[in-house]
Amino acid sequence: MRRLNVLAVCGMGLGTGLLLRMQAEKALNQLGVLADLEVADIGSARALAPSADVVITSAELAMQLGDVNAAVVTITNFVDVVEIRDKLAVALGHLEARH
Amino acid sequence: MNVVVAVAQFLVNEILSKPFYLVGLMTAVGLVALRRRLGEVVSGALKATMGFLILVVGANTVVSALTPLGTMILGAVGARGVVPTNEAIVALAQKNYGAIVAWVMITGFGISLLIARLTPLRYVFLTGHHVFFMATMLAVVLLSVNMPQVQAWIVGSLLLGTIMVIMPAFAQPWMRRVTGDQPVAIGHFGSLGYISAGIAGQLVGRRSESTENMRFPEGLRFLREPMIATALSMVVIYLIFAIAYLARAGQAAAIKVTGSPDWASYLMASILQALQFGVGVALILFGVRTILGEIVPAFAGIAERIVPGALPALDCPVSFPYAPNAVLVGFLASFLGGLLSLVAIAVAFHAWWGLALILPGMVPHFFTGGTAGVFGNATGGRRGAAVGGFVNGVLITFLPAFLLFVLGSLGFANTTFGDADFAWYGIVVGNVVRLGPAVGIAGLAVVLLVLIALASLFQKRFVESGWTPGKPAETPGEAPAMAKA
Repeated sequence: MRRLNVLAVCGMGLGTGLLLRMQAEKALNQLGVLADLEVADIGSARALAPSADVVITSAELAMQLGDVNAAVVTITNFVDVVEIRDKLAVALGHLEARH
Repeated sequence: MNVVVAVAQFLVNEILSKPFYLVGLMTAVGLVALRRRLGEVVSGALKATMGFLILVVGANTVVSALTPLGTMILGAVGARGVVPTNEAIVALAQKNYGAIVAWVMITGFGISLLIARLTPLRYVFLTGHHVFFMATMLAVVLLSVNMPQVQAWIVGSLLLGTIMVIMPAFAQPWMRRVTGDQPVAIGHFGSLGYISAGIAGQLVGRRSESTENMRFPEGLRFLREPMIATALSMVVIYLIFAIAYLARAGQAAAIKVTGSPDWASYLMASILQALQFGVGVALILFGVRTILGEIVPAFAGIAERIVPGALPALDCPVSFPYAPNAVLVGFLASFLGGLLSLVAIAVAFHAWWGLALILPGMVPHFFTGGTAGVFGNATGGRRGAAVGGFVNGVLITFLPAFLLFVLGSLGFANTTFGDADFAWYGIVVGNVVRLGPAVGIAGLAVVLLVLIALASLFQKRFVESGWTPGKPAETPGEAPAMAKA
């Protein structure tokens, strides 16, 4: 099975993005999905998004990111693994359907 | 025997005192402790090492971009001008203090877990870049009085471990008001500004409506992109002082600063320097991101085992989704506070106390001002967000000006630490340690014990009791269910 490419995006690409990456790692483990996870700041995210399958970020930054090819998952509560897991599961379902 | 000594010397001189190898080594240790595969350990260690080297490249770029600006400001207004940028000052410090910073960071993290385990202050501070910045600030302040390296390592680690658990505790009642009681704390060294904003909001905003009920132009959101915000503000700052210097010193002197043939290319060279500064900061951020991406998950995994059930203390943007409009209100108000404080310093405090001109940096004002706005909004609505942001802006202008006095030779760089806690903690530590070698250490011990005792008391009295500031009829000790707003 192909490994999933996940990009976690926040303003600076330091604290919050890293947190999102760690939480998403836990969530994907629970879903049994193999993935490579990277962190990006909003500035470089547009350049990196094309090589990602899924982008996870906040609602405002998703707006700023605009249209990208990857599935964009917006998270409200960054510490809630359940929210992240459920939203990732939905996004992965859409990705499957597309292929 | 000689071989053993030679090997030990080699290890110390060529590896353990080289911060880039040291950081890589620590990352490897963390990943091994988490039982990661060999490939992951090797790539993590290598990435952390190279991240550090990237940071050094960024530091050189920042320095060469800041030097002409320093000359222009001094020549134009006769006072030293400083742009607080954490990334820049930290990267500059790595040249002389890199190894000790790395030791303080790793040991300080361990001590913070120990304090979290042994006291009621059960917080795990996971904002890696701020731990790195705080470790740097402490190392610089302690070594500026020529403290021996080993002593600075131990003292710095204790100071770092303490601030990492007490600030989340002090901010927790307001953070809870922001998040609506979610199991998360704020782990960001702008916390003094956020607490002040929360209190200010409560004082001024009794019946003020929430910022989230107002419509806000989308046009300002692009400022959240640090590369743009930094470059744009530096271009403005550079141009203002380039023109002022040109007017005051004349063309002949001005064009010498940038080595340009005439005034027009002097102005263009100034713009280029401003953009180079943005490039340097972007490089440093990339370096820090590469280091932390490897080291923080390793630390977090270890922390979960040592202090199970502790609250994670997280970076300030975790508060942004709770009140996105307040972020913008707070940012603008903070920036205004910074500008007015700059005027106050230029007109009065520079002459009275010799304070340097602290120019408003967009990035600290956006992130800490925005968070102050969220905290102010939580207790005092729109008015609270505006006043809270403003208070933060005043704090992050005046406090860094005083911090410069205790940074030693690094205080003469044209940049400094930008957030409130770096400044107040640095000012306290710097002044106590200047009391003398023995008295200073004793004084710091007292400071640490008092801080931990106060924070523990605060945790028991205000956090564990469920007190939430800014709700109607709040009294400490009241059950949270009684005070539903």
